[in-house]
Amino acid sequence: MIVARELTCVFGSFTAVDHVSFAVARGEIFGFLGPNGAGKSTTIRMLCGLLRPTSGTARVAGYDTGREPECVRERIGYMSQKFSLYRDLSVRENLAFFGGVYGLTGARLQARREAVVGMAGLAGMIDRITGTLSGALQQRLALGCAILHEPSILFLDEPTSGVDPLSRRTFWDLIQGLAAKGVTVLVTTHFLDEAEFCQRLAFIHAGRLVALGTPADVRRESVQEDLFEVALETLAGAREKLQGLADVLAVSFFGPRLHVFCRSGCYDSHTLGRALAARGLATQHVARVPVRLEDVFIRLVQRQPLNR
Amino acid sequence: MQRFLAIFVKEIRQLRRDRLSLGMLFLVPVLLLALYGYALSFDVKHIPVAVLDEDATRASREFLESLFSNPYFDRVLTLDRRAEADAVLDRGRARLVLVIPRGFAQRLARGETAEVQALVDGADASSAGAAVGYLDALAARATRRVQIETIQRAGIAPSLPLVALVPRIWFNPDQESSHFLIPGLISMLMMLAAVIATSLSIVRERERRTLEQILVSPVRPMELILGKTLPYVLVGVATMGLILLLGRIAFGVTVAGSWWLLSLTTLVFLFSALGMGLMISSITRSQQVAFQLATILTLLPSFLLSGLIFPIRSMPVFHQVFSLFFIPRHFVTALRAIMLKGAGFAEIWPSLAAMLALGLFFNGIALWRTRRSM
Repeated sequence: MIVARELTCVFGSFTAVDHVSFAVARGEIFGFLGPNGAGKSTTIRMLCGLLRPTSGTARVAGYDTGREPECVRERIGYMSQKFSLYRDLSVRENLAFFGGVYGLTGARLQARREAVVGMAGLAGMIDRITGTLSGALQQRLALGCAILHEPSILFLDEPTSGVDPLSRRTFWDLIQGLAAKGVTVLVTTHFLDEAEFCQRLAFIHAGRLVALGTPADVRRESVQEDLFEVALETLAGAREKLQGLADVLAVSFFGPRLHVFCRSGCYDSHTLGRALAARGLATQHVARVPVRLEDVFIRLVQRQPLNR
Repeated sequence: MQRFLAIFVKEIRQLRRDRLSLGMLFLVPVLLLALYGYALSFDVKHIPVAVLDEDATRASREFLESLFSNPYFDRVLTLDRRAEADAVLDRGRARLVLVIPRGFAQRLARGETAEVQALVDGADASSAGAAVGYLDALAARATRRVQIETIQRAGIAPSLPLVALVPRIWFNPDQESSHFLIPGLISMLMMLAAVIATSLSIVRERERRTLEQILVSPVRPMELILGKTLPYVLVGVATMGLILLLGRIAFGVTVAGSWWLLSLTTLVFLFSALGMGLMISSITRSQQVAFQLATILTLLPSFLLSGLIFPIRSMPVFHQVFSLFFIPRHFVTALRAIMLKGAGFAEIWPSLAAMLALGLFFNGIALWRTRRSM
């Protein structure tokens, strides 16, 4: 449904997106991960036709975004981090506006409006002014407006930022329901728990695609290092001492513990414990742990030299 | 059509809820018209005059009487001593002090030139000039009467050859400056309301990021622009009606020409003014910048380059040509022609054509900019 080929976007001397290629299948939930300013939103904006790529092409729903933007626009829904609703209009008026913009009329508009109001849990609030609704309700209304015309592809640009965890969960239930009905979803986020809801992930950093695959693939393949969790009696100065150790590639804080990335096969929990003791660090606990998405995120961001 | 309608309806709903914009579109023009209409007057009437009659004779009293038997001068104060004159002018109790020196009657009787001294507050140069002009004319009239009386007393039938100018001022027979000013003010107020309101329309959506949502939809630039402009056309026509009504009630300004032509002129004006607002909106990034740009681009040309206050024909050639690029000049010209002279299409078409051309230019840029961002 979505095919990006060598998508590149250059703003002056700054390359926001650098030869990014990927494909998304029908009904797939495809997650776009990366730190702020990595180029996630820029990529989405190019796919929606809001931004013209400097080079490369994108096909969305079978149409070229550069040559047939009208065909693309009729088939996609888009929702961004700042819910683009008219806050001074009522829920009904917002739905009427977006319905009209997508050419919905009469019975179909009414049916879709009822479906969306039911989905978003807005029954009984249809005449409320949108600005007076809670953030979570506004978010669900924004999603409702984006899917009012039943698009086959849905672009969500950090849809859950600024919403509480429970509402995020409800929101993801809605997204998964849509995907089950065959809607293709491309979503950007920097919540790693949300990444686990995605069937496939693309990890983008400094404009480049640095990992691509299912969450399990990404965990397994993008960080081919051994990860140890270390509990120390005192954390003060520990990180600096650890970083000097041979074959230790990175150290990051993980709550009260440290996550230590070591070159594959160089240590086990005993040898690492001894090496730490030799450095004068009193360890309470050392164990090899599976790599989590959060670790991947940190390692990929640390490892990639910033090209700017 | 349906997409256009969706935007049109949405825009009207938003406008209805937006008290501030509505106030700016209706209330402010009405208030400003009332304010400027009364304050901006070039008529010099009821000038407060202090009188010091040192002569105190029948001749001097007659002269004074003739002076104050018209609406131009009001006798507000009678002074006893010359020294008081300064203080009276200083404190603004009178704008003019008239001193009739001792010997006024004697000199007249002797057939000599009798001098009357006028001390004028020159702070407001144009009304001071007008006051002196009136005074001069009245003095001349008084002189002639005295001459005639003298000749009559001598027993000669007065058949002096006189050259008299009989002016007939057309189009504004009472020379009320409000009749001349109101069309200019209408233009200025309509310009302010129309341009500022629309200049915020697109940039507001850009700021609130709702524009993005419209841009990812199948809406075409033309539909967006029409949907956003037409509500303001309706509002503009309503404002125009309101202003005309107020002009009639408060200042007695009527429309000499055809209402159809006036409506046509208003629509052509709105086309260009709203286009200008849209253009500003499409090239700016924030509402604040748009507002400032709109204010500067409407207020100054409306005041200085429209002929509202300074007649275009007495400007340097450069400014005359420069003024052609601003809407108010053409609108004022057309409005004055229709409202005061009752001019027909044949007389005002160049103004309409000029506004149309400017409108096409502005709307073209707005469309081009919107299309580019889509």
